[in-house]
Amino acid sequence: MAVIEEGAPAPAQQGVVVQANDVTRRYGEGETAVDALRGISLDVDAGQLVAVMGPSGSGKSTLMHILAGLDKPTSGNVTIAGEEITTLPDAKLTRLRRRHIGFVFQFFNLLPMLTAEENIVLPLSIASEKAEPRWLEELLHDTGLTDRRKHRPSELSGGQQQRVAIARALVSRPTILFADEPTGNLDSKTGGEILDLLRHSVTTYGQTTVMVTHEARAAAIADRILFLADGLIVQELRSTTAAHVLEVMSSLGS
Amino acid sequence: MIGVALRGLAGRKLRALLTAVSIVLGVAMISGTYVLTDTIKAAFGTVFNEVYKNTDAVITGKSAIGGRANNGITPPSLPESLLGRVRGLPGVAVAEGGVADEAKLVDRNNKVISSGGAPNLAFSVDPKGDQRFNPLVKTSGRWPSGSSEIAIDTKTASEKHFAIGDTIGVLTRGPLKEFRIVGLVKFGGRVSSLGGATLAIFDLPTAQRIFHKQGKLDSIGIAARSGVSPAELVSQVRPLLPATAQVRTGAAEAKQAAKDTNGFLNILEYFLLAFGFVALFVGAFVIANTLGITIAQRMRELATLRTLGATRRQVYWSVVLEAFVIGVIASVIGLFLGLALAKLLNALFVAFGIDLPQVGTVFATRTVIVALVVGVFVTLIAAIRPAIRATRVEPIAAVREGALLPPSRFARFGPYIAVVVIGAALGLMLIGLFVSGLSTKLRLLSLGVGALAVFIGVAMLAPTLVPPVARVLGWPATRLGGAAGMLARGNSIRNPSRTASTASALMIGLTLVTLVSVLAAGIKTTFADSVNKLFSADYALTSQNGFTPTSIASESALRGLPGVEVVSGVRAGEGEAFGHRIGVTAVEPDVTTVVDVKWLAGSVQTPAQLGQNGAFVAKAYAKSHNLEAGSPIYLKTPTGTTLELKLLGIFDPPKGGSPFGEVTISAKRFDREYANPQNLFAFVKTSSGVTDATTAQLKRALARFPDAKIQTRSQFINTQERGINLLLKLLYVLLSLSIVISLFGIVNTLVLTVFERTREIGMLRAVGMTRRQVRNMIRHEAIITALLGAALGIPVGIVLALMVGKAINYPAFTIPWTTLIVFVVAAIIAGLVAAIFPARRAGRLNVLQALQYE
Repeated sequence: MAVIEEGAPAPAQQGVVVQANDVTRRYGEGETAVDALRGISLDVDAGQLVAVMGPSGSGKSTLMHILAGLDKPTSGNVTIAGEEITTLPDAKLTRLRRRHIGFVFQFFNLLPMLTAEENIVLPLSIASEKAEPRWLEELLHDTGLTDRRKHRPSELSGGQQQRVAIARALVSRPTILFADEPTGNLDSKTGGEILDLLRHSVTTYGQTTVMVTHEARAAAIADRILFLADGLIVQELRSTTAAHVLEVMSSLGS
Repeated sequence: MIGVALRGLAGRKLRALLTAVSIVLGVAMISGTYVLTDTIKAAFGTVFNEVYKNTDAVITGKSAIGGRANNGITPPSLPESLLGRVRGLPGVAVAEGGVADEAKLVDRNNKVISSGGAPNLAFSVDPKGDQRFNPLVKTSGRWPSGSSEIAIDTKTASEKHFAIGDTIGVLTRGPLKEFRIVGLVKFGGRVSSLGGATLAIFDLPTAQRIFHKQGKLDSIGIAARSGVSPAELVSQVRPLLPATAQVRTGAAEAKQAAKDTNGFLNILEYFLLAFGFVALFVGAFVIANTLGITIAQRMRELATLRTLGATRRQVYWSVVLEAFVIGVIASVIGLFLGLALAKLLNALFVAFGIDLPQVGTVFATRTVIVALVVGVFVTLIAAIRPAIRATRVEPIAAVREGALLPPSRFARFGPYIAVVVIGAALGLMLIGLFVSGLSTKLRLLSLGVGALAVFIGVAMLAPTLVPPVARVLGWPATRLGGAAGMLARGNSIRNPSRTASTASALMIGLTLVTLVSVLAAGIKTTFADSVNKLFSADYALTSQNGFTPTSIASESALRGLPGVEVVSGVRAGEGEAFGHRIGVTAVEPDVTTVVDVKWLAGSVQTPAQLGQNGAFVAKAYAKSHNLEAGSPIYLKTPTGTTLELKLLGIFDPPKGGSPFGEVTISAKRFDREYANPQNLFAFVKTSSGVTDATTAQLKRALARFPDAKIQTRSQFINTQERGINLLLKLLYVLLSLSIVISLFGIVNTLVLTVFERTREIGMLRAVGMTRRQVRNMIRHEAIITALLGAALGIPVGIVLALMVGKAINYPAFTIPWTTLIVFVVAAIIAGLVAAIFPARRAGRLNVLQALQYE
């Protein structure tokens, strides 16, 4: 994948862009209550790619949902770009999403009736804004979709669909991009390409990213890796190799 | 976002189509009604304009009762001497008098030519006179002249194979008379068809003779001298007129005539529109349900939009916009489908005996506006709830597998709210039915709103009722369908609100047909009951259709036949008493030997003692006007004479109806006061009772009266019931539209459910379910839904019938079990039909693809 230095925007924000303070999340009540998160605090610095790892049931998905404002914590709070989101009413939260949050989903979540390009600019269309033509061209180029722009999702491969989803998440230059198991529904070769693309967007555009994954290989592209088990952060690594990640994982007993 | 909504719609064409169908049909009914009635109105307008084209002023008779428009009462004739005096006026250039009446033409099989209850018109012409007032044009031959000649309309001639020179039988006041056809005529101008009407044209003296109008005229057409305006002419004529005549300008007369017919057509219009609105109401249910299911299936898509920054408001409007587009497209299609439906409705009416004239189709701007506005409005209303539900989709549903739409905030109060709504609805209906002193408008409004609210309330309650009821109704499916039936029953219960609203749409139609059938059954049984009580004769003599009056001459044809002991006719006419228009009947002295009623005042002798001034009334009439034996009654006849009558008897009619009108007088007096006395029916008693020989003898004696029909008691009951049955069938046909729409609702739900359960069906196929079993599963589900509709609709219909029956003092409440069982069977068949398409789709699912489906 070509790396284009020029035209790459500076990171949208400096310093800490996402902050969680002692976040807990309890599902259900009484006897059957489950504590998915039991007190998590973290900071995400601008321009970083943070991977959240952990076995299933560790609470990593719940953490991401809460960081992204999709779910509310039982206690604790979360700020995005300095704004406390846990108490935000729906309308304000929606506005915050438009400006600050991008999503990449495991199952792509593209709108089947729209073309690749229309899917990509959808967040801007929703906000009644227009895409900057140069930025859009660059995204299409970087994601290798320039000659696929008029295709519908059903005419694209899984990898291509996920690249459309990544471009869609990047188009509004969000403060923070959340990726939920972005390779979980792809074969390993395609998954590798998607990881390269995510890493590229962090390096080139300074796109702050939080990625939830259970794949060691995925975590290995991160600047920082948080290991979750039973609703707590049990270990943290700086940029490392897949082999090392695997070691840590097995030491955590997954 | 607008683009997303529209593209989404384009991407779900099948669903959009399924949603639209219900609106298309409802709108088509409304537009079709307008097109039909506008077309008929225009036809009448054209006819009347043609009739009075060259007439500056016209003098006609004026009935002393029924107001200015005569209101369907045949006005009295004018004295012929008036014509001479009119001709003497300074402003009059030409004045011609004519007679108009009814004459039945008889075909070569001795049958009266009549179609669709249309009039059998008769006019006079002056063959040597000025034809400027004559609205008819000759197509061949010449105008009739002399006592044996007739001209008839071209259509009848060609349909019944009559040509110039042939003789044709004509029925007027007395027995059949034969005339020689010398000309064929038609209406001039743009009038293309008179519907089923026939024309018989005679010269004036012949017309006067056969209609017993010697020395009389029915109208005088006047052309003004140049320089005299029609209004001036009218004011010149007015002082000459007796109280029973009126003069109008030609234009005003045409307008008045059109207004008279429009009164009837407006009733027809409202009647048909009501069915259109019922259809749209059902359509609204179907749309709301279809959109609701679509929303549930698009949860991930909607949630994704929310994560991308779409506000609740945007989601709401995207659903409303989608509905708006569907509404507009469906309404436009419905509007034009209405043109075709108008033809179909006309054919339906002809089939049911209402044949109306036509000119070119009228497609008014009002039709376009009303159809579009109503269609779009109903769609939008139906979309509100699904749109609100769509806003409830949380963004997190974008990442959760199998997320469920959160229930409405009020969901848990649903059954309670439903009960309150039903209670309020019934209350409203009770007010409409029983509170006295309400205006008709208010009464109809509270009934209409109440009925709608009943349906909405029951539909709200339905989700609570579905699981237990479906368990019972689905029992046969589990026995007959094995695993497929068991799964079908489970499926119908697993989303009760969906099943409930699908069934509710069907419920509405079934409620209405049940209501109609229960009321009709009540009429029929009590009617038969009354006739059995009243009818002590052997035969009844009526017209062929049983309700139009017949010439009293047919009655005399039977008198004096060997073995005929009594022939007693019952005359019918209109009058005014105590300030109200009433039905007047008249009887012959021996009526009590053929009609057996109970006397509360007076006795069986009373009819024989009526003489010139006696009268008798029914119990209810006596009560409401505080009458007792000896009370005076002032009866005004159409000619303006007031009869001073004395009440001699009060009878108690059986519940099923009285054989007599409000006030009954002696036939002797009636024949003197009413210009053209006719029998509603006559009763015959013979020495040998009903035998084949007697029947044959009576029929032979009536050979010269092709319009008369001799019937035994049970035949008489059947003939009278035929009218009710015909009306019943017409109502069923019109209500079937809303049932068809609700069937589309079942199709929609099943198609969408199959789509939703693709993976599940794939799994079932993978573990060994055959295509056939899959199809059966869908079929059973459809039948269970249809049965739920019947289980809701039939009881609601019975309750409504009870209420309506109580309100209008209905004589009896009979539940027509056979008919109701037929409805249930029909519902099952309907369910099977609705399942055809969805079952095929489910059966065709590719197992592998179904399992991979994401």
